[in-house]
Amino acid sequence: MDKKKQVDLFMQMVLIRLLEERAAELYQDGKIGGFLHLYIGQEAVSTGLVAARQPVDRVITAYRDHGVALNCGIEPKVIMAELLGKATGTSKGKGGSMHMADVSKNFWGGHAIVGAHLPIAAGLALGDLYQDNKAVTVCMMGDGATNIGYFHEALNLSKVWNLPVLWVVENNQYGMGTSIERASAISMMCKKAYGYGIKTQRTDGMDVVSVQKEAERLFDEIRNGSGPQLLEAITYRFRGHSMGDPERYRKSDEVHQWQENDPIGIYRRYLIDNDIATAAELDALEDKAGVEIDAAVEFAESSPEPAADELFKDIYVEETGEVNHG
Amino acid sequence: MAKITMREAISQALWEEMERDPGVFILGEEVGVWGGTYAVTKGFYEHFGEKRVRDTPIAEAAIVGAAIGAALTGLRPVAELMTINFAFSAMDHIVNEAAKLHYMFGGQMVLPLVIRTPGGGGRQLGATHSQTPDAIFAHFPGLKVVAPGTPADAKGLLKSAIRENNPILFIENATLYQMKGEVPDGEYLIPIGKSTVQRPGKHVTLVTYSKMLPVSMEACNSLAKEGIDVEVVDLRSLRPLDMDPVLESVRKTNRAVIVEEGWKSFGVGAEVASRIYEDAFDDLDAPVKRVAQLEVPLPYNRTLEKSAIPQTADVIRAVREVVQ
Repeated sequence: MDKKKQVDLFMQMVLIRLLEERAAELYQDGKIGGFLHLYIGQEAVSTGLVAARQPVDRVITAYRDHGVALNCGIEPKVIMAELLGKATGTSKGKGGSMHMADVSKNFWGGHAIVGAHLPIAAGLALGDLYQDNKAVTVCMMGDGATNIGYFHEALNLSKVWNLPVLWVVENNQYGMGTSIERASAISMMCKKAYGYGIKTQRTDGMDVVSVQKEAERLFDEIRNGSGPQLLEAITYRFRGHSMGDPERYRKSDEVHQWQENDPIGIYRRYLIDNDIATAAELDALEDKAGVEIDAAVEFAESSPEPAADELFKDIYVEETGEVNHG
Repeated sequence: MAKITMREAISQALWEEMERDPGVFILGEEVGVWGGTYAVTKGFYEHFGEKRVRDTPIAEAAIVGAAIGAALTGLRPVAELMTINFAFSAMDHIVNEAAKLHYMFGGQMVLPLVIRTPGGGGRQLGATHSQTPDAIFAHFPGLKVVAPGTPADAKGLLKSAIRENNPILFIENATLYQMKGEVPDGEYLIPIGKSTVQRPGKHVTLVTYSKMLPVSMEACNSLAKEGIDVEVVDLRSLRPLDMDPVLESVRKTNRAVIVEEGWKSFGVGAEVASRIYEDAFDDLDAPVKRVAQLEVPLPYNRTLEKSAIPQTADVIRAVREVVQ
């Protein structure tokens, strides 16, 4: 990977971090409604995965989706506008925090029912296999999703049909407030794929280099017909499950310990130690990211509300005929 | 015009659309090697091959979920659920995903998806395999629900459904597969969301759909001998619900009976009756009457089961009461 792309990954992670911090403030100000699940602490997982994909590869995830949206190329201002429910948002203000997508960038959402997007991911991969597209679908999920039936139906189907899908479990140790030890019969999520004959890999989800390297290899193998594989990324969310989480289920010591492994800090050191960027250059990027997020908030706040007649738009597609996703 | 069975009509529609568009494919339990549990896809696997006629595990969420995903890539999957009772295992994917994706992402996602499934009782399959939960599915904006009552409508509606870019639940009735009817020769389409008058009449309007259409038609023939001339409006689609022919008929006859196979509470009849009261109250000479399944889980015993599902005699009785 060239130096520019490596530095860009740093920029993406910083943008996610700042976007999420600002979103938390706006939520507390009452400008963002509904639920808000922040990606702070997990930035390296999505950033590394999406960096490894080719444009033809599809990305689909759960409701903790702002970071993934940004990695897939959606501008921070469009993400922020969706959070504020504006007409200029990813989903015209009708999806909100949990339902962002940009089909033109091969980002297929943003799905808020735990595990329900897994069979859909299998279907996306089936569509590519059927049409001989040589594309891989990467489906991200939390550790909590491995306990619901959809996980098992989807993994089984993916193996039976040899679908080009990369299952990624973001193991952040808790499904909402219940630790994996209390909710899952086994703690190593990747072992759950053994029963389906699916090859698995574990990686350090706080290290973007490690995630990206593993993902590149897996994309390559799957594209060349290996069938589905599963990657477990060990990670941690620094904030609560969602805004308003009292966090009675974990101790602050534990949180602080993980925070010392901040994915942005780790990558910053990596870039400096390997002479890819200087501290001053990275500081300058952080400033630049701050300016971009300020502008994103300004854009979102000054964007129009959806028009009243938007309420009844897009319930159904009116025309028949060829579907063109652009 | 050829006289063919409902099964043949549905099979023809599928076959013709698969020949017409290589993006149309079938997936479901036993649709391939077995030939379909109701033999609707008999011969498809041999002709179209395993790529386009895909046997699945017994896993309804995977079937509907995978169909949604494939539809998003521009294909036109026709997912078959062995019975509508199994659709509950895929409820999340039908109502939380298929019905929502187009709207929720601001119109970006397009799902040309058909889910075919037979429902209805009367075959001694017990409480879990005999339901008519059509109204539940018709509750959700974003989903279309179609339920034909004649072979001709089944063929024309299914062909339209496959060509449409919306998720459609296509409800068949397991006891109608052997029913014969005239089907036009050659290519034809019936628009989704259009009710139709299946029998013109002047004394009373009978609104029905699916299995209760032939049951009602039989009742009408009997009532005609008593001098009661019934106009039968077949809804054909439950969502969108086309009330125009119903209201037009009620304004003419001033009386209405609604016949459905499902339970009365919160059912199709409740919806249609409400709309008649809202839009044609002044035209009514008598209260609207509903004929529906008795409020019990269907029992196995043949006699008990029959007594809970509307029969021709129940329809005759209800119509007589309304015209008196």
